[in-house]
Amino acid sequence: MHKLYLKRCAFLFILALGVFLYSSPKVFAHELSGYAAGELRLFPNEALYPGQNEQSASFAFQPEYYHEFKSGSSFTFVPFVRVDSGDQERTHFDIRELTFLWLEEDFELRVGVRKVFWGTTEVLHLVDIINQTDLVENTDTEDKLGQPMANLSLSRDWGTVDLFWMPFFRERTFAGTGGRLRGATIVDEDRVQYESAAEEWHSDWAFRYSHTFGDLDLGLSQFLGTNRDPTLLDGTDSSGNAIFIPKYEQIKQTSIDASYVVGDWLWKLESLYRTGQGNDDYFAWAGGFEYTFVGVLESGMDLGLVGEWMFDTREEEATTAFENDIATAIRLAVNDAASTEALLGWVQDLDTSARFLFLEASRRFGDNWLLTAELRTFLNQPMEDFLFEQRDDEIMQIELAYYF
Amino acid sequence: MKHFYTFLIITSLLATPVFAETPEEKGLAIAKEDDKRDNGFKDFTANMVMLLKNKQGEESSRHIRNKTLEVEGDGDKSISIFDRPRDVKGTALLNFTHKVGTDDQWLFLPALKRVKRISSANKSGSFMGSEFAYEDVTSQEVEKYNYKWIRDEEYKGELSFVFERYPVYKNSGYTRQVVWLDQKDYKILRIEFFDRKNSPLKTLTQSDFKQYLDKFWYPGKMHMENHQTGKSTLLTWTNYKFHNGLSDKDFNKNSLKRAR
Repeated sequence: MHKLYLKRCAFLFILALGVFLYSSPKVFAHELSGYAAGELRLFPNEALYPGQNEQSASFAFQPEYYHEFKSGSSFTFVPFVRVDSGDQERTHFDIRELTFLWLEEDFELRVGVRKVFWGTTEVLHLVDIINQTDLVENTDTEDKLGQPMANLSLSRDWGTVDLFWMPFFRERTFAGTGGRLRGATIVDEDRVQYESAAEEWHSDWAFRYSHTFGDLDLGLSQFLGTNRDPTLLDGTDSSGNAIFIPKYEQIKQTSIDASYVVGDWLWKLESLYRTGQGNDDYFAWAGGFEYTFVGVLESGMDLGLVGEWMFDTREEEATTAFENDIATAIRLAVNDAASTEALLGWVQDLDTSARFLFLEASRRFGDNWLLTAELRTFLNQPMEDFLFEQRDDEIMQIELAYYF
Repeated sequence: MKHFYTFLIITSLLATPVFAETPEEKGLAIAKEDDKRDNGFKDFTANMVMLLKNKQGEESSRHIRNKTLEVEGDGDKSISIFDRPRDVKGTALLNFTHKVGTDDQWLFLPALKRVKRISSANKSGSFMGSEFAYEDVTSQEVEKYNYKWIRDEEYKGELSFVFERYPVYKNSGYTRQVVWLDQKDYKILRIEFFDRKNSPLKTLTQSDFKQYLDKFWYPGKMHMENHQTGKSTLLTWTNYKFHNGLSDKDFNKNSLKRAR
């Protein structure tokens, strides 16, 4: 990780700690929680690229320290570390959260490192842009790197307005030589390029309006700044091997996210318009529904159906695998004491034969242990598909976590 | 003493309608009186431990903190925050109950920092894996049922009204509920739930009542037994605090994100 960034984080930490110690001695909540987890990944198919493994083991630790003042203001610190046997790029440390929340009657101000989520759909998180994806954690893009920011939030009768100032940019993490779930060409993060002369110190801004109108939840957002999703340029390393150079452009993104409840149906839409990445501006959207059967087969179990369509007007040029795809999924919640859950999904490319299947299941043991299993497989990947080079990266992953 | 008898006669004359009250009217009158006695708490916070027991007797527990705001002219607003099990710590549910129709619900998922709207049309689903359905734990409003008084009887040493109530809501999991309500303090002592086929489904017994603010009787224990599955759930309420000065601002999506 960037040394300056660490220094800046340490500075923020000391600043937040100072504010915290100064502002109120009457602390009423001290809280330490978090988890430690062991994870095993098995890749049944032989690796396509030299250096890759058929299995890997890793360990992750994420404690969370939380403090609340009488005023309702609070301080949160969440560091994260993973040690991985298969890929040295997956062995990494991050500050997921280091925030001071200043809570007042008419505003909320958060200063520090945080994670913010925007969006409504389940399979592709299209409009979610504040945080950089921690891609080495999981290719489902749901793991994020902590984003340094100041966030002012105003909640009024007519809606909530959020203003974000992000003074430092986080680079995306990519699998290294030993890692699976990557293409043939390694992304060389040391050769990173920025469109802005300020590089990672470019100030990014975002503005969001969100409100609930009866059964409709609506969010409108504008982002101005460094693209989270880099363009990969062809390059060669010192020994003449082909590499990818990540390039982070300056973009403008306008987006909408909405969900609408109609009886047992939940309808969702995410859509964005982006300029500044590549030569052409583009639209993308993801939308669909979720329907839940409650108490199926008189058992107390809930069965949910998810259907989503994802489209990107760049089509084959898209920097996503979901340029014209349909996702369907079944979610089962057993509603037992162990909170047993399973999600089975199928993503089908509408232009080619490519499809992608996934199964995620979890169950609690005792009060503190959680066992999670994930299975993902790629089928019928044609050569032109975005994930063709990962066609043999079928993965079985088991994680056992202890929560405290 | 003489005055007391006169007083009794007068009040009973006043209370007795000129025409005979039908069981339906009497049932509704009881429900209205119950609702009246529950009005005016403004807001409260409380802690709840949910003990789940399966047929084999295996137990597991969930610890939840609850904040409730009384809304005049509509159902209550509430936020439920999970403390245990630890893997769901920080998960929070925001609920706007409405007198008629469906409620509004949002779930906060702390790992993703995501607030998700959820469809609450089907209120018969399990509340957090327990034997309580959503419709059992959301605020009880007069308009949600039709009523019929059955009889008066002594229940656990307290003279009680026994009445039936029939959910108005078409997606309810019940055809009817039989309620035992004590006549002195209007505490719900027992409810028997009958499923859509009118078979006995669950029985709720409430005990360890305490009076708050010299007015409101709240149960310390709520025990729900499912006769069809053999499972049961015991809710234990502690640390009731009233008049915390909560307002609408403490019950929106922003406050849900920091409700912990």
